[in-house]
Order: sequence, then structure tokens, then C-alpha cells
Amino acid sequence: MKAARAALPISMLLSGCGGIQSALDPQGHSAILLRDLILVIVAICSLVWLAVMIVLVWALLRRRDREPGDGQGSDRGMRIWVSGAVAATVLIISGLTIGSFYTTRGLNGAKNPDVTIRVRAQQWWWQFIYEDTDPARNFQTANELHIPVGKEVRVRLESVDVIHSFWVPSLAGKLDLIPGRENVLTFRAERSGVYRGQCAEFCGLQHSHMAFFIIAESEESYRQWAGAQRQSGAEPVEAETSAGKAVFAARQCAACHTIRGTAAAGTTGPDLTHIGSRRTIAAGLLENTRGSLAAWIADPQTLKPGNNMPIVPLSSDELRQLSAYMESLK
Amino acid sequence: MLPAVSNKSFGLFFSAGFLLAALTGAIGLGWLREPRQYRTDPPISAALEGFRLMPNAIGGAPPEVYFALGKPYEGTAYDLSQGKRLYSWFGCASCHGEGEGGAGPAFLDGWWLYGPSMVSIVASIRDGRPHDMPAFRDKMTIDQIWQLAGYVKSIGAYSAKLTAPSRNDAPQTRPAENRAPAAILFNEGSASVHPDQGPSP
Amino acid sequence: MTIEPGRSAATDAGPNEAELERRLTQTWSSQRGFWGAVASVDHKVIARRYIVTALVFLALGGLLALAMRIQLARPEARFIDADRYNQIFTMHGSNMMFLFAVPVMEAMAVYLVPLMVGTRNIAFPRLNAFSYWIFLAGGLLLWISFALDTAPDVGWFAYAPLSGPEYGAGKRADIWAQMITFTELSALAIAVEIVVTVLKQRAPGMSLDRIPLLVWSMLVMASLVIMAMPAIMFASSTLIMDRLVGTQFYNPAEGGDALLWQHLFWFFGHPEVYIIFLPAVGMVSTILPTFVRRPIFGYLPLVMALIATGVLAFGLWVHHMFVVGLPRLGESFFTASSMAIAIPAGIQIFCWLATLWAGRPVFKVPLLFLIGFIVTFVIGGLTGVMVASVPFDSQVHDTYFVVAHFHYVLIGGAVFPLIAAIYYWFPKMTGRMMSERLGRWAFWLIFIGFHVTFFPMHILGLQGMPRRIYTYQPDLPWGTLNLFVSLSSVVLSLGFLIFFIDIIRSWSSGRPAGENPWNASTLEWATGSPPPPYNFRAIPVVDTRDPLWSQPDELPVTSGLRSDRRELLISSVVEALPEARESSPQDSVWPFWAAIATSIMLIWSIFSPWAIVWGSVPIAVTLIGWFWPKGAAEDES
Repeated sequence: MKAARAALPISMLLSGCGGIQSALDPQGHSAILLRDLILVIVAICSLVWLAVMIVLVWALLRRRDREPGDGQGSDRGMRIWVSGAVAATVLIISGLTIGSFYTTRGLNGAKNPDVTIRVRAQQWWWQFIYEDTDPARNFQTANELHIPVGKEVRVRLESVDVIHSFWVPSLAGKLDLIPGRENVLTFRAERSGVYRGQCAEFCGLQHSHMAFFIIAESEESYRQWAGAQRQSGAEPVEAETSAGKAVFAARQCAACHTIRGTAAAGTTGPDLTHIGSRRTIAAGLLENTRGSLAAWIADPQTLKPGNNMPIVPLSSDELRQLSAYMESLK
Repeated sequence: MLPAVSNKSFGLFFSAGFLLAALTGAIGLGWLREPRQYRTDPPISAALEGFRLMPNAIGGAPPEVYFALGKPYEGTAYDLSQGKRLYSWFGCASCHGEGEGGAGPAFLDGWWLYGPSMVSIVASIRDGRPHDMPAFRDKMTIDQIWQLAGYVKSIGAYSAKLTAPSRNDAPQTRPAENRAPAAILFNEGSASVHPDQGPSP
Repeated sequence: MTIEPGRSAATDAGPNEAELERRLTQTWSSQRGFWGAVASVDHKVIARRYIVTALVFLALGGLLALAMRIQLARPEARFIDADRYNQIFTMHGSNMMFLFAVPVMEAMAVYLVPLMVGTRNIAFPRLNAFSYWIFLAGGLLLWISFALDTAPDVGWFAYAPLSGPEYGAGKRADIWAQMITFTELSALAIAVEIVVTVLKQRAPGMSLDRIPLLVWSMLVMASLVIMAMPAIMFASSTLIMDRLVGTQFYNPAEGGDALLWQHLFWFFGHPEVYIIFLPAVGMVSTILPTFVRRPIFGYLPLVMALIATGVLAFGLWVHHMFVVGLPRLGESFFTASSMAIAIPAGIQIFCWLATLWAGRPVFKVPLLFLIGFIVTFVIGGLTGVMVASVPFDSQVHDTYFVVAHFHYVLIGGAVFPLIAAIYYWFPKMTGRMMSERLGRWAFWLIFIGFHVTFFPMHILGLQGMPRRIYTYQPDLPWGTLNLFVSLSSVVLSLGFLIFFIDIIRSWSSGRPAGENPWNASTLEWATGSPPPPYNFRAIPVVDTRDPLWSQPDELPVTSGLRSDRRELLISSVVEALPEARESSPQDSVWPFWAAIATSIMLIWSIFSPWAIVWGSVPIAVTLIGWFWPKGAAEDES
């Protein structure tokens, strides 16, 4: 185990996975509207600041020929200027209030979304349950959402433990997940791509490592992906992966994780049925390679201290087999 | 003008008093200190397996490493609260309820079939017991088993530990562990004690 | 009781001024030695202690911020682990808000308000002493817990259920909640004293429209404290009850509500911002006229703006909760009210600009910090307008944009004026001037350091960097800016270091100041520096807003107070007409013992609900000692 850990270059361990996470680089309907609003408000406010600064500098540096406050005249003049400035303030903030009101109205999604996903956030990963009209066709994944481009996606946000916040800045503004409540967010990706999201409400020890990815793809590849996700976990074909499957069933793994099609049906940790197909592991912490899988399984508490996955004592052979099996679960 | 207070002597005494107050506070809070161990080193985990059980499987000696660690699993709030989560994650409640028992024996009645020592409880969880107590050896790691054992012990404690977990954000069925539910229920009489429920060893 | 305009012969006390001063000193000064200092109820002594303690907490909080910046300088750095980092940012926030900002503003009020309204001591001086000891105990509780690795790790907002019984293991969250109780208790005590001092102890003739603006702002601030703090006391007490005895306030499964916490917390938490900011506004309005050699422009609008801000402060707490999933109507209402707060803020800025315009600026260090304040605070105010918009906020809430915003408001809007105030009133408090040269260094380092540290955070926030993360991954595009911010923070800390050095150096060896070194207009400059224990030899009489400018040579005074007993002049609320002589309490060690008994009870109650019962007994004993009648003749007039 030590050897396996040492063999991994640290840079590979730490490199996550690309993907846009910026409110200034919007790729979704809501985020584009929000970006426009942000730019307009920032522009107006910058002008206001500039105006105030000009007056300030002028007031400080202007030549003073007469005695200060030498009469009612200058006071009256200032009174007019101040009143005018206050009136301008009222106008500007009224305009901004109305502008933000209309932006909010524009954010409303369609009544009938094309995809509905239940999001169950927990310390410190994301459980995504794709809901179908036929419950038998439901499937779930972890820390990775696939959505069809150009379609309305509705996420039903709930929390298993503490308050989290669902935020994919490139697609939409954030919304909290609060225990005992359900919030609903609708968004639409306008371009295909990989978008990174992250928990935005402090949720405890590993709040920093609670990311997820949204992969927006064409309708067709989305259907393909969803079809594949509904399948049971891939049967191992090689000797190494078969051995890995046996390790998974025999050791502590199966108590917390599910691999559909096997006896493993734990529900505490993420569903691993198709973990091999995901881009990252451990809530966006590591790129999904066999090496990082082995590193994660060998010592999750060093990579993400305090998370709920224990260090399972495995021999190096077992570790190799297990990570090969994980990788084969495409 | 005279200063209101002679500054020098005040400063001196004040710093001394400040230090004294800080020291008192430190001593007062000192025993609260509970370093959280998120990662159990594999050699320590291995050592935690090495407790010695009496031949009748009741009681025994904990491994030395347990004392070296400062008996964390009975005492520190973090480990106890992790134990409480493990209790629900691993389905203990399906047989033991919230400690009132069911198919399995109760923890609240002060009656420990295999004795109240940590080693017995750890052994029960790890290796299982007769009459359908399954072995969790392959479901939990040994440090998790110790955490869970510490928590189970705290359910049945007659005087609540300060570090015992409080209520969960869930429907309430009994007072939380930091209210010493066993003592409360014990005082109320033997309502929860069903001699027929627990199989004897 | 007579009022004599013109220099009074000290009819009440003795043949000449020297004799009167000797008697007043004897009556009003504290005993020497340790117990004398502990027993002192002189508002100046207590305020000085308060300010020094708060500045120590400022320095400690700054060190925490530096530690965080070191950790965030590189992606996936291992300088501080996640657990410690969460404790550190919680400590930084709680420490700066509860142990530095609010106490230091109140301490300035405790020092200045009695002097500015022309009275001999604050109202309820023993409560004042009690308040300091409680504050100190609360600060010690928090910092000792940090030293022992048991500090709260739930954020300064401590959202349930993360801070609740299930997810907050150990006593960490309880220590946070009880630290709140300590600091709220001390803040409430001071607030009551300030309100009474301002309303009932003003010098004759200082009608409501002649009160210095600092005193107005402290009055509004104290009223905010009285109305806002009960919400947080309720919140923190119910949190402790949830954790200790299993009540269900924040448990949705039993009919509680996790959001209830946020409503209670922000109903206090938003006014809290104005509790810190309004005193700063008062400082600006009071210091500015001195350095532009002209009375403030727009006294009445400024007072109205203060009051309007105070009232509006209670109508915008929900803008901290814009992403919890609010009903549409609520969103619109709170957007509008949050935007509306820009109006009184704007009025203040415009009045200051007008004052600067009409005056002749003298570029001393305090004025530099005031200019820095205007430049910085306008940015903070405008980003405040931005986050008041719900859709805008949905992208920047809980990101570094917000971190930048509130540091612009709190450092730019409150700390800059506070530093100006310290430079300005330091000669009054210590009798010595601070260094003009070091002050300029401090100003430029702090001003530039501040902007290069915090401005990039706006961009980081828009680039998607959330708050309260202990690290980030290398492939996120935040590395360069974070490194830049971390390096910049060194410049900022250097500025503060020079400021602290200047304080320490000037305290012992600054240039002697004299009574009125800035040629200012308000009453505190009409007595010695530092003021004698009795503040004023004779209570002044006021008939303008700027008494020392309108009557630079001769300040009219009243007489009639006794010099062999501690007596104050009580005046009417609106017109400040003299009403009565009121005795002011003697020194006492009982407030100190009462504070210790209260601290024991409060800390004990983290562990056992029975502390409330048994811990009250020693408190009752100390209170009996505190209020024990001394047989002195009181209130005979």
C-alpha cells in the first residue's frame, strides 16, 4: 500500500479536472442573463464612484480665493448640489431595483422541464437521482450530472444533513439545499461543455472539497449515457478485475457502496455502479485514473481528511485488483 | 493633573491578573481538549485489533495502543458522534432500536450480557455473538468498530458523559445520550427491561 | 442651583481654583494600587482598558487573517489543515465582530460621550466596570479555547444545523454561543449607559440640535444595540438548549426550522453592521470640520440620515438569505429596502463632500484617513447596492466577492475612521501627540495594502471562488490572484504594524499635546489632556453647536455641584435644562466579583443546565454587595 502511494506523483494526485466555473463565462440561459445584469450594474456603479472621486479630488485641490463659508450664497449652492445628488441616487437605485426585478422574472424556467433530477447533498458529496415517470427507470450517480444541451433541466434540491448550496456559476445562480425543505432550480445549458459546480454554503470540515461536474451534451449522447447508466455494473472479464470484484464484495466496501447487479447495496456512500465512466472521484478531488483510484482507496483520510470513508487495510495486490475493477465499471 | 490610577502599578498587576485568569481558564478548559483524530494510521488500526478476550468471551484486556492513544473512543466527542452516525448507517437500530432493544437486547436497561467493558462490546460487534448478532468484521474497519462500541456504551451510561452526543435532527424517541437516558429510564422502573428479549450467552 | 454665565467663582467648593481642583481630584480619583484599579469606575480608565484590549484582539485577529492568506497563497497547500482552518476563519470573524469592532466603538463612546456632553462620569459607572470584565472574560474564553484546539469551527454565523447537536460534536459551538452571550451582555450594558448619559446628563444648553454628531451616532448605535442584541441572545441561548437539553428549535423533524436560526441571526447580524458603521460615521462628521476649519455642512440631514439608517437597518436582514429559496414578494421587498439604505448613506457622503468643498483642508493624518475612508467606503457601498439585487446576489453570495464587499465596508467604512479617531483623540487620552511621519507611512501602507489585498477578491468571487474554503485545486484559475492577494496582505499588515508601533511609542514619548492641539470645537477639548478624573472643573454651558469656536476664550460654566461628593448635573431630554443634582457611585470592587460570578455561571451552563440555578447564587451575593446601601446622603435635591 505504501508502495502504491509512493509510486503516484503528487501532481497527479492533486490535479482535478478542468471545467468552467465562472459567473463571467456564462454558458447557460440564466447565467447569461445574470452576466448581463452584473455588467450593467457594475458599469453604473463604476460611473457613480468615478463621479464621487472627481468631486472629492476637486474639493480637496481646488483653489480657494475666498474665506470658507463666507456667506449664505455658497451654502445655498451646496444645498442644491446635495439635493440633486440625493435625487440622482434615488433615481439610480430605483432603476437598479426595477432592472433586477425584471431579470428575476426572466430567470423563470419552463413549466414542464425535460429532465428532473433529485439532488441530495451530503457531507461532502452530491447524490444525483435521475427521475423517470417509471420509477424502475430511475438511476443515480454521484458528483457528475449529464444534461442535454438546450433543454430545461429541473433540479429538486434537498439536503441529507446540513445546509449546502448548489452552484454552477457558468449555468445559473446558486440555491441552498436546506434540511426539511425542498428548493427547485431550473436551468438550461446553451452550449455543450463541462461545467464545474461547487458547494457554496459552509458545510463543515471538507466544504472545500465538495465539487461536481455538469456535462452538457447533445440530446443523443445524453440518451446514450442515460441508457448506459441504467445498466447494471459491468461484469469483469479479466482475472484482475474479477479478483477486484471479489475483494469489493468481501471487504468493507460493499457495506457503504452500491454496485447494481452485485450483492453490494450499501447506501451510505456514493453509488459506484458506473464509477469508471466518471471524470473525477471524491467529489471532484481527483481525476479518475487507476492510479488516483488506488491512492484514494488506500488512504482517503490523507487526501480528504475527515471524510466518511475509512482506511480499509488492503494488501497491495488487493488494492491493485480493486482499482482495476473500479476503473472497469464504465 | 493626576492620572486616575497609577498606570505603572496597574499595568503590572493587570498583566499578572490577566495571566492568572488565562491560566485558570486554560486549566478549566484543558480537560475539554480533545484532539480530533481523523486518520487512524494503519499500524495503529492493526494494533487496535490486538485486544485479548477472556476465554468465555466476556471482558478482556484492551490493546496497549488504546491506552497510549488516551482511550479516545470512550471519551472524545468527535469519536462518539461518529459512532452515533455509524449506529444508523450500519443498521444497528433494526435490531436494537434506539437502544430500547427489539430483536436484539436493549442497551438502556443497564444489563450487558457480555459485560460492559469496551473490549466485550468491540468483540461483539467485530465477531458477532450467538443468537443472530452478526459479525461486522467485513463491514466496518476496526477503528469504526471502536467508535461504534464507544457510542453503544454511552447509550447505556447511568451518568451522562459531557462529551456524549446530543439529540439528532430527527424525530425524537428518547432523551439523547448526553441526558443519560439509561438513568432516566432506570429510575422510571424496569419498563424497558424484558427478561425474555435477551438470549443469554 | 444657579447658572451663572461667565467664569464662575467656585461658589460650591472653595475659595480658589487650585483648591477646587484639589478637592475634586480627591473626590473623583480612584485608589492607587491593584485593587484601586480594579475598583475604578472612571469612564476614562475603563474606556482606555476597553480600547487597548480591543486593539489587542484586532492584532490577534489580523494574525489569523495572515495565517489564512498563507494557506490560500498556493492551491492545495498544507500549511494549515482543514480543521484548524475552519477554526481560524470562525475565530477571525467572531473575534473581529464581537471582540474588536463592536467593543472598540462602544469604548470610544464610553470615553468620549461624557466628555463631549460635558459631564463628570458616565451614567451607571459600576455597570460600566462590570461590562468590561464580562467582555474580557468572553474574549479569554474564545482565545483560550483556540489555544487548546477547541475553538468553534462553524463560522461566525454558526448556521444550524451545522452548529446544532448532531453535526457540531464537542463543546466548540457552545463556546461560540456563550462567547456571544458575554459580548452581548457587555454591549447591552454600555448601550444603556450611553442612552442615559446622552439623554439626561448633557451640559446645560446642549439641546438636541446642538449635540455633536459623534454623540448622535453613538445614541443611534446604542439604540440599535438595545433592539438588535436580544435577537442574538435568544438565538444563541436556544442553540445551547438544543445542544444541551435537547430542545427542538432548529430540528425540522420535530417542528423546528433550520431557517429560524438565520432569521434570528441576521435580524441581529444586519443591524450589527450599522452598530459598527454608525459610530464611524459620527467620528467622520466630528473630525472632518476640525481639519477643514469649518462647521459641518448639513447637520440636520446628517442626523436624519443616522436615524434613517438605524430604522432601515431592521428591514433588510433577509438580504443575507437571498439564496435560501424565498418567496418572490419577499425578494422584491428586501431588494427595495436594501437598495434604499443607499439613500441615507448617499446623503452623508454628499454632506461630507460639501463640507470638504467649502472648507480649507489641512492634510494631517486624521484627514488622510478620512479621505481614504470616502474613497474606500463608496466602493463598499456600491458593491452593497450590487448584492442587494437578488439575481446579482445569486451569483456572488458566499463568494469572495462578498468577502471583498464587507471588508470594504468594515475596514474602509469603520476601521479607517477609527484609525483617524485614534490619531485625533490620542492626545486627549494620553496627553501626547502621535507621530505625523509614522502616521503618513501607516496611512499609505494601509490604504494601498488594503486595496491591493481586497480589490482582487471581487474578481475571484466572480470567477467562482466560494468563501470559507481552506484550499482549492490547482487547475482552477484562482492561483495567481490568490498569491497576489496573499503578498499584498503583507503590505497591509506592515501598515498596521507601524500604526501599533506609533501608538506604543507615542504613549511613552510623544510630543506633549496641550488642551486643544487641533483647535477643535467640541467640549472634550475644553479640559486637560488627559482629562482630570472629574473631567471638568465646572460644568460648561453651551449655546452653539461648536462651543470652542464661537467662544474661544471664555466658556461659560455653571456651578452648584458639590466637590466633596461625586455629583452630576441632570438635565432635561430635549432642551438640556438643568433639572437636578444626582450623586454618582463610588468606586467598588463588586462589579468585578459580579463579573467573575457571571462568567462562572455562563461557562458552567455550557456543561449543565443546573448552572443557571446554582450559578445564580454567587451572582446574587455579589449583586447584594454591589447595591449595599452605604448610608451616604443621596438625592437630597
